Amino acid sequence: MAVKEIEVILSRQLADCLSIPIFLVDTKGDLIFYNEPAEEILGKRFEETGPMPVEVWSTIFKIQDDNGELIPREELPLYRSLAHQVPAQTTLWLESLNGIKHHLYVTSLPLIGEANRFLGALAIFWKKEDV
Amino acid sequence: MKVVFWGTRGSIATVGAQTQVYGGNTPCVSIEKDQTLLILDAGSGIRRLADQGYYKDFGDIHILLTHLHMDHIQGLGFFNMFFDPQAEIHLWGPPSTSATLKMRLHRYLSPPLFPVRIRDFNCTLHIHEVTQETFYIEPFYVATNFILHPGPTLGFRVSDGDKVVAYLPDHEPALGARHFPQSPDWTSGFALAQNADMLIHDAQYSDEEYTERQGWGHSSINHALAFAELARVKRLELFHHDPSHSDEDLERLYSQHVNGQWDFKVFLAKEDATLEI
Repeated sequence: MAVKEIEVILSRQLADCLSIPIFLVDTKGDLIFYNEPAEEILGKRFEETGPMPVEVWSTIFKIQDDNGELIPREELPLYRSLAHQVPAQTTLWLESLNGIKHHLYVTSLPLIGEANRFLGALAIFWKKEDV
Repeated sequence: MKVVFWGTRGSIATVGAQTQVYGGNTPCVSIEKDQTLLILDAGSGIRRLADQGYYKDFGDIHILLTHLHMDHIQGLGFFNMFFDPQAEIHLWGPPSTSATLKMRLHRYLSPPLFPVRIRDFNCTLHIHEVTQETFYIEPFYVATNFILHPGPTLGFRVSDGDKVVAYLPDHEPALGARHFPQSPDWTSGFALAQNADMLIHDAQYSDEEYTERQGWGHSSINHALAFAELARVKRLELFHHDPSHSDEDLERLYSQHVNGQWDFKVFLAKEDATLEI
């Protein structure tokens, strides 16, 4: 069992204390945590889904652009933050596991810890009508 | 392995009649086996080690710094072997993102905070930057990793291939956690402490004190106990005593929290204690 890096643990604990939906992935893109506000958007509790490989979460949620076109995985902010270690942002439509569509701003940033260790990325969601 | 506590107090040296039993010097612990002496942290306790000439029966000297808060390095300038041209000393510790370990040490070991600069040391000095790795100082394997405490801070897991001592003197694994402890893979320091024969762990506060000082980087006694239980250690040494806690206070807190209900032995770390494991 690999123990998470402290920066990742702190990110989860921060997410756990915030009312903003947050999605946390490791360096491979595997989903390792999302917080309670994100559960509302994704349609399932984290306790129900548990961690998910990138191949699973990037396909089970239907993610479309404003024209209704599916967004390729490579263009998702989280993927760009992982691939290039840069912040990224876009607007998208996400259909949750319970079939509800959310219009969202998504901002992601890479997690780069002590000694410049690349540790994964996190994404913050804002419902577009909230902005 | 032999473990000696030269300083067990946290934050600031606290010398007086109220602290004579558990000691008032800031963190310094030595671990020895065969011809090797590891010195963990260089709080004011290292001066006592130096004054006793305790290093004389060993080869090269290795000082391992968990982090560079003042209570863990303030004894460095008083470690007389730095001024011995025959001595060979290895200093191990974490760099920061923007400064090397040497640059960081120099902030203290230079005027106006200290009259002598590192370059004035007469010994042969080797400075090793450590982040998360395992290195070998015969006969010890030393595993390091970052742990939760403000600024770059390491914990150490020292093994001679048989016994393990885990040293996490400044550690707040409960920070931000809704429930503590969480699962092992989400717990800072778990891999360092897992199944250790001896865990030396931060236990600075009572529960009441912790609620007022969350985020300061330290644990309550209850958090230390919960962490030790999660890691399934055999023995816990409650360490980094708060400077406001007298010997009487520590014993009262111990009797309130420990109560003999744990599957491992629990002690208040005591300055001058020599332990064989």
